[in-house]
Amino acid sequence: MTGLATAGRVAGVLFTAFFFGLTFEGIGRKITARIQKRYGPPWYQNFIDVFKTLTKHGWTHGWIFDFGVLMALGGVIATLSFVPLGNLVAFPGLDNFFVIAYLFTVGALGMAMGMVGTGNPWASIGVARALTLMLGYEVPYLIVITTLLFYYKTGNISSIIEAQAQAGEWNIVKFPIGALVALISLQGMLGKEPFEAPIAPAEIASGPMVELSAKYMGLLMLMNTFMEFIEISLFVDFFLGGGTFFVFLLKYFIVWTFAVMVSAVLPRFRIEQAVAFYWTVPILLAFLQAFFVVNGWVF
Amino acid sequence: MDERSVWEKIADQLRSRSMWMLHYCTGCGAVELPPSMTSRFDMERLGMGPMATPRQADILLITGYLSVKTLRRVIYTYEKMADPKYVIGFGSCTINGGIYFDSYSTINRLDYYLPVDLYIAGCMPRPEAILNAFNTLMEMIRKGEANGWKRYKENYEWYKQNQLRSLGEVIVHDEFHE
Repeated sequence: MTGLATAGRVAGVLFTAFFFGLTFEGIGRKITARIQKRYGPPWYQNFIDVFKTLTKHGWTHGWIFDFGVLMALGGVIATLSFVPLGNLVAFPGLDNFFVIAYLFTVGALGMAMGMVGTGNPWASIGVARALTLMLGYEVPYLIVITTLLFYYKTGNISSIIEAQAQAGEWNIVKFPIGALVALISLQGMLGKEPFEAPIAPAEIASGPMVELSAKYMGLLMLMNTFMEFIEISLFVDFFLGGGTFFVFLLKYFIVWTFAVMVSAVLPRFRIEQAVAFYWTVPILLAFLQAFFVVNGWVF
Repeated sequence: MDERSVWEKIADQLRSRSMWMLHYCTGCGAVELPPSMTSRFDMERLGMGPMATPRQADILLITGYLSVKTLRRVIYTYEKMADPKYVIGFGSCTINGGIYFDSYSTINRLDYYLPVDLYIAGCMPRPEAILNAFNTLMEMIRKGEANGWKRYKENYEWYKQNQLRSLGEVIVHDEFHE
């Protein structure tokens, strides 16, 4: 019976990520359009896009490519099932940050492997840029999260959400500098401007996705949606206090809208500028936050 | 016209509502696309958007005259697109050569070489005409009339002969030194 309940919760998490992830992406497109004084596509446009790509007939580039796409999607789905969506936790007690950080690389590496397997030089450049950018945002982000875990003396995300509820204040108030750093890192994780160098359609023909046709494109679009869902969910859980399922979705939507609005008005960093940026301002702020926490100076 | 299954009909509805375009900007038609995309005409309303690579694209826009040298790249590009795919020819250059009708280096009729689903008349067509064409193409896809990609497969020998006649016998050593 517990197995059935777990399966139900996993299905709930995946369905939430699928439906709300794509819906929020569609709303994000609409928001970008409104900022640019356009009308924009309907909110369900991303559903049409995904299902359309699944109806088309594409090419494979060998078994490494096939395997890479499946590994990317499978890895991200596996990661997603460990992420707590507010109080909806698929595996209670196992929603540890280290599990998520560890599993998350499976998706990214699957994508890197599959895309390099196409043999297209743009794909290799895109993957190289994505991994370089990861080197930029992961360092300050992990310093901040580690600080948080050090403060709460636990790696369990649900415990951190509960601790915030008991303290009556969110971590964004308690660790404002760390939250700022996490927000800047989030922009890079989502691949939004100004850290959009890995995709860069005008420069490297959409980078890693350059050889993706039809069904493969659809699967990777879903993977991208799930990845965004994981990244924003972690921010909401760590800094905005999680909350019940619907409160969580509301907070998710606000963070997503903020990221979209920032992205709509900014130009793009070159890849070395992005890494240089991450390794100056955010990393110093992250160390500052860590220094405060280690000395017990928490509001 | 062939019979479509229910799934094909549903798929065609989806395809008509989400068209990613690859604009192969060879001629003056290219300048009409930015206004169609930006705030005045806003093509994204129709679910359309530019894509950077032929693998992801659904429509190939040929926006003007094609020199023989460019034609080869266009054919490569078209053949790299995933089925079903559609071609729109912009302006009189793709219909009859336009002002280049007697040039030694440009081709006169695009549909000898690629199956064109829709032509937009004019020199050059305005953004209104372009959006009208996209609406027409959507209607054609919904009705199952935009079958250029099937025609290309069925009459491949004929297209190939026309391509070879214009391009000459092509022995490809590699992509960059042919």
